[in-house]
Amino acid sequence: MNTDLLQLICFYFFGAVAVIGGLMVISVKNSVHAVLSLVLTFFSMACVWLLAEAEFLAIALVVVYVGAVMVLFLFVVMMLDIKQEVVREGFIRYLPVGIVVAVVMLAEMLAMIGVKAMHAHTLGPNPAGDSNVAWLGQALYTEFLLPFEIAALILTVGIVAAVALTLRQRAGVRHQSAAQQVAVHAADRVRVVKVAVERPASVNPAPVVVPPQENAP
Amino acid sequence: MITLSHYIVLGAILFCIAVAGLFINRKNVIVLLMAIELMLLAVNTNFVAFSRFFGDVGGQVFVFFILTVAAAESAIGLAILVLLFRNRSTINVAEIDSMKG
Repeated sequence: MNTDLLQLICFYFFGAVAVIGGLMVISVKNSVHAVLSLVLTFFSMACVWLLAEAEFLAIALVVVYVGAVMVLFLFVVMMLDIKQEVVREGFIRYLPVGIVVAVVMLAEMLAMIGVKAMHAHTLGPNPAGDSNVAWLGQALYTEFLLPFEIAALILTVGIVAAVALTLRQRAGVRHQSAAQQVAVHAADRVRVVKVAVERPASVNPAPVVVPPQENAP
Repeated sequence: MITLSHYIVLGAILFCIAVAGLFINRKNVIVLLMAIELMLLAVNTNFVAFSRFFGDVGGQVFVFFILTVAAAESAIGLAILVLLFRNRSTINVAEIDSMKG
């Protein structure tokens, strides 16, 4: 079996799995199953990207999406208490219009791509040479350095925004303030009060002492 | 032999599935977010294919940035979703109409 045919078979297999996963994402009842189907779709598309020799992006898709974003989705889905029947109502009602829009759109796209173009561009020699990572990194750290830094900034803003949105200040909860605890002085906490000495009068009659004026309350 | 059109058609199919998902799941914000992720995946596939077939590194760099922005977007979107569920106890899009837009 020659390599081209094997690649084509692999492409059709991974593409079919991706499409089936995508259909399951939008149609299954349980949201957890939908997230897992989306994981399947992402993984299959990572394999398709590998066939296109975009190795770094395929691995990044698996690590970033399957490893991080989908787990985040899974956490949120499991954390929220969703009533399935309420969420599912209207599914049948909107099903025809959804299918019609999708099919018409797909037909338009396929017409635009063109049936003749199916054999126009075949896979040439890999422009990346031996290493896709070197090819990508060379461009990323020279030509696209400023967008790369901005992407880092966007991620930072994303973290801060997500934390700021979900941070909750509940009323009536007593917290320790570590800053105040550290900044305290002994003089603020302990007040030394001089008190006049009192003796019981009955045991031993003491000489009458006039207390000093400054100790009077 | 895999051609450029194979990748574009696969991207188009995935994109149309995502659009159908937006229409069908009108009540569930989580599935709407996932449909958006699916759309971005379809677009990224197109970028990767064009980058590979025309030998331009710009396409793959752009996919890199799309992945970055999509990760930030989904994180903020899920944070908003959690906030929404905490305040309204629903993720039904039809009931979230306090802005009367």
